[in-house]
Amino acid sequence: MKITKEEVLHVARLARLDLDDGEVDQMTVQLDAILTYVAKLDELDTADTAVTIHPHRRTNVFREDEVHPSLSRELALSGSAEHNGEAFVVPRIIG
Amino acid sequence: MNITAITLAEAVGLLQNQEITSVELTEAVLDRITAVEPFIQAYLTLDRDGALRQAEQADRARQNGVAGPVCGIPLAVKDTFCTTSMPTTCGSKMLENFTAPYDATVVTRLKQAGAVLLGKLTMDEFAMGSTNENCAFKVPHNPWKLDCITGGSSGGSAAAVAADECFASLGSDTGGSIRQPASLCGVVGMKPTYGRVSRYGVVAFASSLDQVGPITKDVRDCAVLMNVISGHDPLDSTSMNEPVPDYTDTLADGLQGLTIGIPREYFRSELLDPDVERTVRQGVALLKEAGAEVIEVSLPHTEYCVAAFYLIAPAEASSNLARFDGVRYGYRDRDAESLLEMYTRSRSKGFGDEVKRRILIGTHALSAGYYDAYYRKASQVRTLIREDFSKIFARCDLIASPVTPTPAWKLGGKANDPLALYLSDILTISANLAGIPAMSVPCGFSSKGLPIGLQLQASHFNEAALLKAAFNLEQRAGVTGKKPVIV
Repeated sequence: MKITKEEVLHVARLARLDLDDGEVDQMTVQLDAILTYVAKLDELDTADTAVTIHPHRRTNVFREDEVHPSLSRELALSGSAEHNGEAFVVPRIIG
Repeated sequence: MNITAITLAEAVGLLQNQEITSVELTEAVLDRITAVEPFIQAYLTLDRDGALRQAEQADRARQNGVAGPVCGIPLAVKDTFCTTSMPTTCGSKMLENFTAPYDATVVTRLKQAGAVLLGKLTMDEFAMGSTNENCAFKVPHNPWKLDCITGGSSGGSAAAVAADECFASLGSDTGGSIRQPASLCGVVGMKPTYGRVSRYGVVAFASSLDQVGPITKDVRDCAVLMNVISGHDPLDSTSMNEPVPDYTDTLADGLQGLTIGIPREYFRSELLDPDVERTVRQGVALLKEAGAEVIEVSLPHTEYCVAAFYLIAPAEASSNLARFDGVRYGYRDRDAESLLEMYTRSRSKGFGDEVKRRILIGTHALSAGYYDAYYRKASQVRTLIREDFSKIFARCDLIASPVTPTPAWKLGGKANDPLALYLSDILTISANLAGIPAMSVPCGFSSKGLPIGLQLQASHFNEAALLKAAFNLEQRAGVTGKKPVIV
């Protein structure tokens, strides 16, 4: 087994996903199949190989520090389920 | 012949010669949509009134002598592109009621070029899928055979073009999501070089792999749209500041002096459906006939690309999709009593199964204790895949191959086996890992009458060579103008 039910539950907690019992069982089987397949990469010796995290070798991208028009508060709030006209409203965090 | 069956470039010609107005053209396309959409199911949002208003504006602009390159042409885009004029669902319940506060840069560019935006096209949820069956709202049907898949994730974008429900469309391609549905629906699709086209305002799946590109009726139309959407965008720090040629200029040049590599790993007979192998080999022979030199080459790490991709893409997706927490946009569970409960319930109800599966794989691949074994290892293999291509492009200008191992299959045919679906992406995902441009161009049909595309790949920013070879192939393949019979 490349992944256990307990590990699937742990990863789901990290990803903020609730899985019911049926989903946990199904995901465990499917993730195990996928992780068993990707273990194929271990056939390759990459000890001295650099990582590629991006198609082009770029360093930082800078621009002049000038003020440009940006999203208004009204528009920025427009997609939220709940706001008070100034900020996003969420369930109470501090008791 | 129905006016909706002509190409984008031909429609521009008719508008320029005042043989038709944009309003007439738009009405014709809307009628076509009324007739075939019940069978195709490509549109998630159709903005009839808005389209006619834009068409009137386009007609006025043309009268005033200020017509852009696609002025008055009815187009549509995959529902992953942010639009202020209509919803952007990304095929997900998570964004069912979301309307973006700004337009994606490519949408702005289409508008500036005069396009009439008809609507938004169906897709796999968050672009995750190879069949378009993962859409939360609508599964499209292949215009060539209605009980077959369109491919995905840009399935609606390919089906709508193939069914003449728009003159062209835009899709996005993270592991083949433009090229694969284009191949299966018999239309032209290009994934440009990473950084060629802005990703600003495109809902992110895997940020180091995602790229926007056109899906069109022929190669010339693809070049026309590439001219419109390519180029640097200061709003996307990964967009590249490289010069953009006029892609229509070199289309008709011959292929003398061009070397095309045929990677033996892409033609393994146990991998390919015999119809696909035969048709693509015939296509290669036509490229040779057009003047290209054809040599056999090797991309030795091909068999590892699916494994590398299905760690890197989910890892990036798990990070990108963390933003959907019910706070700023997207679905919120209103019964949750704590913040954590709100995050968890909103995400669990908003995301579909495939999205959850990839978030879980990606989170696992990045989690403590597994990062080196999975994400880091895959990123090292990505280097090997990239180097394979660098070696080939020292000897060849282009690589030719199939796009997909098989033609379109039946809807529901592989629905319960995620790994089998992932493996069907083997011929397209290397281009995304290496960031190189690639396209699918129709080259024939299977014995059952399903379209088969030929894939061309080139070195970074060499889209002009792709288009030239594709145009030459199209001229010789004898598939142009062949249309599916839908009703």
